[in-house]
Amino acid sequence: MTRIGLFITCVNDALYPQTPKAVVTVLERLGYEVDFPQAQTCCGQMHANSGYRKDAAKLAASFERVFGSYDAVVTPSGSCAAMARDQYPDLIGSAIGERVHELSEFLLDHAGVEDVGARFPHTVTYHPTCHGTRALGLGDKPLRLLRAVEGIELVDLPEADQCCGFGGTFALKNAEVSSAMLEDKCRHAAATGAEYLAAADNSCLTHIGGGLSRAGGPAPIHYAEILASTA
Amino acid sequence: MSTAFPKAAKVALGMPQLRSNLAHATGTIRGKRAGVVGELDDWERLRDTAAAIKADVQHRMPELALAFERNATAAGATVHWARDAAEANAIAARLVREAGADEVVKVKSMATQEIELNEHFEAEGLAAWETDLAELIVQLAEDKPSHILVPAIHYNRTEIRDIFRGSMADAPEGLTDDPAALAEAARLHLRRRFLSAKVAVSGANFAVAETGSLVVVESEGNGRMCLTMPETLISVVGVEKLLPRFEDLEVFMQLLPRSSTGERMNPYTSVWTGAAEGDGPRDVHVILLDNGRTDVLADEVGRQALSCIRCSACLNVCPVYERTGGHAYGHVYPGPIGAILAPQLEPGRHDDLPYASSLCGACYEVCPVKIDIPEVLVHLRQTGPHQAGERVAMSAATTVMARPRLWRAALGAARLFSRPWRGRGFMRRLPWPGSKWTSSRDMPVPPGESFRDWWKERER
Repeated sequence: MTRIGLFITCVNDALYPQTPKAVVTVLERLGYEVDFPQAQTCCGQMHANSGYRKDAAKLAASFERVFGSYDAVVTPSGSCAAMARDQYPDLIGSAIGERVHELSEFLLDHAGVEDVGARFPHTVTYHPTCHGTRALGLGDKPLRLLRAVEGIELVDLPEADQCCGFGGTFALKNAEVSSAMLEDKCRHAAATGAEYLAAADNSCLTHIGGGLSRAGGPAPIHYAEILASTA
Repeated sequence: MSTAFPKAAKVALGMPQLRSNLAHATGTIRGKRAGVVGELDDWERLRDTAAAIKADVQHRMPELALAFERNATAAGATVHWARDAAEANAIAARLVREAGADEVVKVKSMATQEIELNEHFEAEGLAAWETDLAELIVQLAEDKPSHILVPAIHYNRTEIRDIFRGSMADAPEGLTDDPAALAEAARLHLRRRFLSAKVAVSGANFAVAETGSLVVVESEGNGRMCLTMPETLISVVGVEKLLPRFEDLEVFMQLLPRSSTGERMNPYTSVWTGAAEGDGPRDVHVILLDNGRTDVLADEVGRQALSCIRCSACLNVCPVYERTGGHAYGHVYPGPIGAILAPQLEPGRHDDLPYASSLCGACYEVCPVKIDIPEVLVHLRQTGPHQAGERVAMSAATTVMARPRLWRAALGAARLFSRPWRGRGFMRRLPWPGSKWTSSRDMPVPPGESFRDWWKERER
């Protein structure tokens, strides 16, 4: 039996309990047992990408301590998985990233499941988040899982591959450019007329959702929550 | 710590015409590039090969530079070495005077933009005439290039017509903004310059060590005119432009036109090796330029920036560049490549440029020589300076996040602090520095029950 450690990420720990709950629901529905190690905090991505290498190394080392004994670590964040896989080898000389999987990678590549038995009778548009898609190489994996959901109507997002402008501390350091990128993303999202905008990273969804709550448009939702739904 | 970029970006964002010109132009080139790249089934292998050739050049730079000098000299060229911009400009100005000239025609060249050759010539009483259409527009407007390949990308054709009418003495009466009419006006204007020029100044896209040849890749034919008609030719070439073998061109000539103009093949490719009696310039000079490059070589992560072939594909896909334009970067190399090249070529300056990116990775995806731009951006952030206040905040965050109990306490405090907003779902206004977020986006409110509470309840 694969020992799965759930890494919920600091963003979800603080703001979005429904997303890791959904991951637990989906994995248990497929017969997996999931463990949640309480000592987990943050992967160190914000620190590393903001230029604080020593701080990032400290957090990476603590991630390694917390998750080192698991066969697989599953996380609902493409960018955190990419952090562990791309940066930990150089940062702390650890290969643990090879065992850290974004949810869709785990479901498709490890569990070999495309239809997770979900039902979600709504219109949904999907934003492929940059780190998940490009750095981690998720490609259309989350979208393939969504296509198998019963009742879902997927609507194409215009210029989907364009960054939403979040970029971690970029959103604060270059707030004006970030906001201009967000404005375009929100306009395209609203043009789809979809009820929901799904993505594989709640940090990007915090950004897009924060813009959409002012501009109007689809409700942001992590795709794991759609996979968990049986409504 | 510089804040020049965010400030300049804010100004650029307030110019709707600029934003629309850029979005239109970059969008068009992006589409063309994607089309012609998609035609090749060995694109990824070409990229890998190009990256390997460039890495080899970086490892063998001194040896290859000396081989180039030897072979170019044997073919009749004179090779000069310039440590920096001042040396290169001084050599070029001296050569122009020795040729008995007081003006030169120029092929579009980033190296001469980098060393500000035109400005230096002007100060020395020499005139440098740009002959590339876009460079001509920028020169007539007394402006600076805003794009590596398309220096006048920030202008639309109506603005270009106005520049011609205002600053081109021989502009035809009643000039319209029809692209063909504008090109014809430029042709007539430039023809006179080509016919009278005694000296030309160029850069080079490639310098082949094994043969001592230089290569210029261009679209308009102005380059060919400059490279063949004047008696004296001076080429300013960054040492990173070296290629070991002539056959290496086969790889780069597939990658460059597709990545830059979105064409399978560019209209004009000029290759010359020294001087040939009765064919082209009789006096051929090459100024090999360092200007910070060999220092960049010492950085194992950063040196991949020297692989750049100046195609601009990264600029055209960059969501930041598309919205700010090139001038905001405050350097001759703008966009993603500029954000990693400028702070390395001029250490201690441009230290805010590595932050002018959301790290979305679109640049790396299109780079024909596979420069991992996001990797270098993060590396430069990690080796560059930080603001004192930010350092304190970040280190406080680390202290909390490195201790699970403190982290849980902090989450509890955040839930407590945000309780008044809970019913509303979002916080619309936060005090500084949160105000930088809420200036354009709402902030979700931490939930009443955390995942940890839920999990504990379940385990019971």
